Amino acid sequence: MSDAATTTSDMPKEQSGSSARFYSIWLIAAIALIVLPLIFSSGGSLTSFSLIGIAIIFALSYNILLGQTGLLSFGHAVHYGLGGFIAVHAMNAVANYNWPLPLPFIPLIGGIGGVAFAILVGWVMTKRAGTVFAMISLGIGELVASSSLILRSMFGGEAGITTDRTALPHMFGWTFGPQLQVYYLIAFWVMISAIAMYALTRTPLGRICNAVRDNPERVEFIGYDPHVVRYLAYGFAGFFAGIAGGLAAINFEIANSAYLGATQSGLVLFAAFIGGAAYFFGPILGAILVTYLQLGLTNLTTVWQLYFGIIFIGIVMFAPGGIAGLLMMHRPLIRAGSLGMVIPSYLMAAIPTLALALGVILSIETVARYTASEGEGNIINLLGIPFNATAPVTWIVAALLVVGGFLVARLTWRRVAEAWDRAATVARDRGYLA
Amino acid sequence: MTAAIEVNAVQKHFGNVSIIRDLNLSVAKGERHAIIGPNGAGKSTTFNLISGHLKPSSGEIRLNGGVISGLRPFEINRRGLSRSFQVTNVFARMTVWENVRCAVLWATGHRYAFWKNVDHLPEVKQRTAEILDDIHLSHRRDVPAGLLTYAEQRELEIGITIAGGANVIMLDEPTAGMSHAETERAVALIRRLTEGRTLVIVEHDMSVVFGLADRISVLVYGHIIASGTPEEIRANPKVREAYLGEEGH
Repeated sequence: MSDAATTTSDMPKEQSGSSARFYSIWLIAAIALIVLPLIFSSGGSLTSFSLIGIAIIFALSYNILLGQTGLLSFGHAVHYGLGGFIAVHAMNAVANYNWPLPLPFIPLIGGIGGVAFAILVGWVMTKRAGTVFAMISLGIGELVASSSLILRSMFGGEAGITTDRTALPHMFGWTFGPQLQVYYLIAFWVMISAIAMYALTRTPLGRICNAVRDNPERVEFIGYDPHVVRYLAYGFAGFFAGIAGGLAAINFEIANSAYLGATQSGLVLFAAFIGGAAYFFGPILGAILVTYLQLGLTNLTTVWQLYFGIIFIGIVMFAPGGIAGLLMMHRPLIRAGSLGMVIPSYLMAAIPTLALALGVILSIETVARYTASEGEGNIINLLGIPFNATAPVTWIVAALLVVGGFLVARLTWRRVAEAWDRAATVARDRGYLA
Repeated sequence: MTAAIEVNAVQKHFGNVSIIRDLNLSVAKGERHAIIGPNGAGKSTTFNLISGHLKPSSGEIRLNGGVISGLRPFEINRRGLSRSFQVTNVFARMTVWENVRCAVLWATGHRYAFWKNVDHLPEVKQRTAEILDDIHLSHRRDVPAGLLTYAEQRELEIGITIAGGANVIMLDEPTAGMSHAETERAVALIRRLTEGRTLVIVEHDMSVVFGLADRISVLVYGHIIASGTPEEIRANPKVREAYLGEEGH
């Protein structure tokens, strides 16, 4: 009995401590979103931040399905895209008929579009989880994507449907013409959506979503219908995806069939998985990384999709918890103060691993240049060093880096594992690791 | 008085294979009823039929007088029947606390609510803490269920089963795989937690069965060959021949 007494009396204290920390995290996030464009004020970074904001909402909405409810969807972009189209039509209607609806509310209409379609198709889709759900989501995705090229009045065919975001009623004197104002609109919706989606995980429904993810069979024996739980989760995911789509429509002033295609669905899966679906903040990291990769790699190399694939395979094989999983692995070590025991081994492993990565990049680029894009000349730049793609010395360097890097990296990673074991033992002894 | 569980002429076949043949069973309210029988007799199938995991091919099952055969498991659960599983069946990635709390939510009326903060529901918190205290897992509340020891997982399994406050509890081999000391602990736990409720239990350990049950039914090849008090069952020649005799070796 004394056991229960201490647990119950401990709880309020514990909770108020964590809630103070909790609010400060959101506050820091909000401040960061506000000051970010003041520090990086170039047009390019504003565009990147806007895209990242949209990607964050989209990836978090996807994780309501993947991470929270255990539903692997291959067609989530359908809700994003339909949200975008509904938003564009709404913007054009508001401008045409002079309705008193300011632009900042448009994403909500996108969200309504996203959830409406989720309500329509979700009941049948969520009857079963697992492979059945994945296959149906793929089918629905293809169905809508192909319809978008047929139903021209709704989707505008290949060209899509354009709009003018400045034609809507202004708010607080903002025209939303400048990218900075659009950025702040997106940042506002990122905060609102992220808080709402986090709050959703803390509700009875959110907890039961996790239970359905872990064990749908058992859920049926504690009074819940897993089908209803999955359906509700699907509706919320569709709603927030629609908000992201609406923001994209505002940002680009266009909605087209690329919004709801398989590529877009693949990218969001990619972002959620690489970031780490098991943690709420994982998809945020994934969205940031994937957007930067997309923007950065497309400028650097013609075969950027190949790198996406390699990164994805690497994460799936070596860090199935994603970036968030890798970070959270270190939490008990930080608490136990044994993180210092692994850092040197990381630094040591980093050198040959980087050499290996450079070797792989050099090989890919020489092959790509040699076979696919001969017209661009034979010189490729890697870290500012010019390499001649046709010169044997380049191939030899690449081979040496790959083989040598791999052999040395293998040894150093063994050292990492040993260091990790020692550090984990310390953490376990101090009670920070189960 | 209506029986807590009444099984009338239930049959279950998978294709041509008949697993349950003309099953009749009556469990009175407040009774502790054990179902025993050799391996493959259909004990787990009986559990699955009553709890809605399987649908009977024919016949009728009543819970507190109302027909439940053909209903889905969650509908039966909402009518006041809760079961555990022979193979541990918990929410592995969620903590012990969350496992029990999930099992409390429907019964406390919060259902699919997405407008309430689950941490700010006093009655849920209190009931979860009580259950954890009951199953002696308060000190492990923040451990993911998948990392518990086997015996702890079995206790959590019982905790999840009773958490919803069902008045009919069905436990499928709750002490399977436990050491002698763990079994004793589990039996004391079951006895205490099912006080004032109806208990149906499938068990292989005869000391558990005879120590716990008010009545025993013996299931052989999908048919109940005898039902009675422990003394009657011990004395029943048919049972000795079909079942207890084998155990004697």
